[in-house]
Amino acid sequence: MRRTHIAALAVPLTVSLALTACGGGPTSAGGKLSGNKIVLAVLNDQSGVYADVSGKNSVEAVKMAVEDFKAKYGAKAVTKDIEVVSADHQNKPDVANSKAQELYDRQGADAIFDVPTSSAALAVATVAAQKKKLYFNITGATTDLTGKSCNKYTYHYAYDSYMLAHGTGTTVTEQGGKNWYIVYPDYAFGQDMQKQFGTAITAAGGSVAAKDPTPFPNDNFSTFLLKAPNLNPKPDVLGAMQAGGDLINLVKQYNEFKLRDKGIKLSVGLMFITDIHSLGPDAFAGTDFTDAWYWNMDQRARAWADKFYQRTHVRPSFANAANYSAAMQYLEAVQRAGTDASDAVTKQLDGHSFDDVFARNAKIRGEDHRVIHDVYLAEVKPSSEVKEDWDYEKILKTIPADQAFRPVADSAAAGCHLG
Amino acid sequence: MANFVQQCFNGLVSGAFLALLALGLSVIFGMLGVVNFAHGAFYMLGAFGAYVLLTNAGVNFWLALAAVPVALAVFGCLLERAFIHRLAALDPLYNFLLTFGIALVLQDLVKREYGVTSRPYPPPAELNHPIDLGLFNYPGYQVFVLAASAAACAAVWYLLTRTRVGVVVRAATERPELTRALGINVGAWVTPVFGFGAGLAGLAGVLAAPMRAVNPLMGADLIITVFAVVVIGGLGSIVGSVVAGFGIGVATALCNLYVPALSQTLVFVFMAAVLLWRPAGLFGREEARV
Repeated sequence: MRRTHIAALAVPLTVSLALTACGGGPTSAGGKLSGNKIVLAVLNDQSGVYADVSGKNSVEAVKMAVEDFKAKYGAKAVTKDIEVVSADHQNKPDVANSKAQELYDRQGADAIFDVPTSSAALAVATVAAQKKKLYFNITGATTDLTGKSCNKYTYHYAYDSYMLAHGTGTTVTEQGGKNWYIVYPDYAFGQDMQKQFGTAITAAGGSVAAKDPTPFPNDNFSTFLLKAPNLNPKPDVLGAMQAGGDLINLVKQYNEFKLRDKGIKLSVGLMFITDIHSLGPDAFAGTDFTDAWYWNMDQRARAWADKFYQRTHVRPSFANAANYSAAMQYLEAVQRAGTDASDAVTKQLDGHSFDDVFARNAKIRGEDHRVIHDVYLAEVKPSSEVKEDWDYEKILKTIPADQAFRPVADSAAAGCHLG
Repeated sequence: MANFVQQCFNGLVSGAFLALLALGLSVIFGMLGVVNFAHGAFYMLGAFGAYVLLTNAGVNFWLALAAVPVALAVFGCLLERAFIHRLAALDPLYNFLLTFGIALVLQDLVKREYGVTSRPYPPPAELNHPIDLGLFNYPGYQVFVLAASAAACAAVWYLLTRTRVGVVVRAATERPELTRALGINVGAWVTPVFGFGAGLAGLAGVLAAPMRAVNPLMGADLIITVFAVVVIGGLGSIVGSVVAGFGIGVATALCNLYVPALSQTLVFVFMAAVLLWRPAGLFGREEARV
């Protein structure tokens, strides 16, 4: 088999190239690109709870990046042969692990994008380090990607639990929400968020009156919602760290128990615009949260969102926009390097400053591979202020890139030493 | 004290769904000997039925509450005639697999049409306010859910124990050969009973729509707990399913209050214990088909 594959390499046509890249061996003599082309792979949840947040629409966003890259460089582009492939990891770390190997080895992927769910995100980071291939995590939240699990080939692009906690926790506490009651799902993401929020709230002069782990998945949050007003001291804010269906359950029941009328505001740790869309803005109206990007935040974002809308008929989540941006920055780095060899590309990426439709005032930190950029404190509008479909957010404040993310020293303290 | 009573009340509300679903599952198992894996999907279809009626035709909650269970009962009858019926003579394993497959197909069809994100469904305006229960205030809608579920369970119990139809169905469930020997056409009851079970799941689904996330996976998330409830109550036992449904709801809520970490596994701990000490379930009879 291998012989026929090698023979096929000699054929100048690009047919069946996905197979010829098998084995991950060195590229054909003299070629600057492995397999004579660039392969971008999107590995994410295409059927489960995060499918609407990122999923197939992020594959579309990466394709948009490829088209825009080709249009920008035309004949000067490092290659015209850029392929986008994708796979469904079902949010399972074991599936993510084997799919990532398959993408790198058999499909010739030069870089993997997206990968929601922290456990799966970390699994792929390990594969990327072993294969010495690039990996841009977009939708994973864990700070371990830029802490104890960081490596030379892994970049963390859009957000993380530190940025969410410090954006929302700090601001809401400073605005007077001093006492918090935190409910978090009892798994890695929830525990991490709970810890990060606790630190941020205390640092801002507030306190966590109580915190409770909730079952996952869970459809009845009454226990916790009834407990909240009876706590001593009575909390000002209910901090919900749930995601997906659990978050929807919790918010529906929060509204039923009329906790807002009892003086307990709702603050959501991780919210995607699809969550607001699914319940309608009134269910969340007045809720503050940290957003990495919002499609209607300015003309530049909106213009891109319009193009996206034409292809998908929905407005982009920040995950979609970040996938576009990461793919674009990767292709730009390959263009500057003149090759897709991983080590040459990381040299172009590390320390690079840029500003694009998603990442404003952005910099790729060489020290821990955290991509820093401006993030936003947003509030959900009541439906009376909503002027069009998906127009749900009001940006209250821009948190500058250098304050939004965990400082380099803390990443180093957490075990990341990239140089 | 008030806190304790409140938690018990929460548990009863959670239990209301478990009881309705377990009841349908149990009736179906009793009559057909089929463990219906598609039950969670029926529940999900119930919630989506209410959602589709509201968004596409403006049909309100009360009408949906009446129409959707009937529609699901009809759908259940069709499924039984078209598929399940054909495998009835074979090893029950075939119908396990069939209903499991049906559940996946239904789930994916809904997913294809509506995606995985939850759909909005507001509680009916009449009930969207707290009701004073003496010791505490409780969301009106949840009080209604509890009352509706209790009424449905009581009605099913009455139907099965106090009417002629019920006598025939119970006899056919427990001693099919003997019932047949008495000149009763047992086969004729199989389809309506399956439809009836599906209708109960649909009812639970409509009741769930205003207070829970309406998405294609809502049934799959719940069905495992429901199976555990049915095992605890005793497969095929009507009273057992209802008592176990409400009981597990309350036990889980109290566990949430005192030992949150255990609450998720509690139902399975109970199940394991019941299987060890009373393999036929709390209310099941030893000779029941298992």
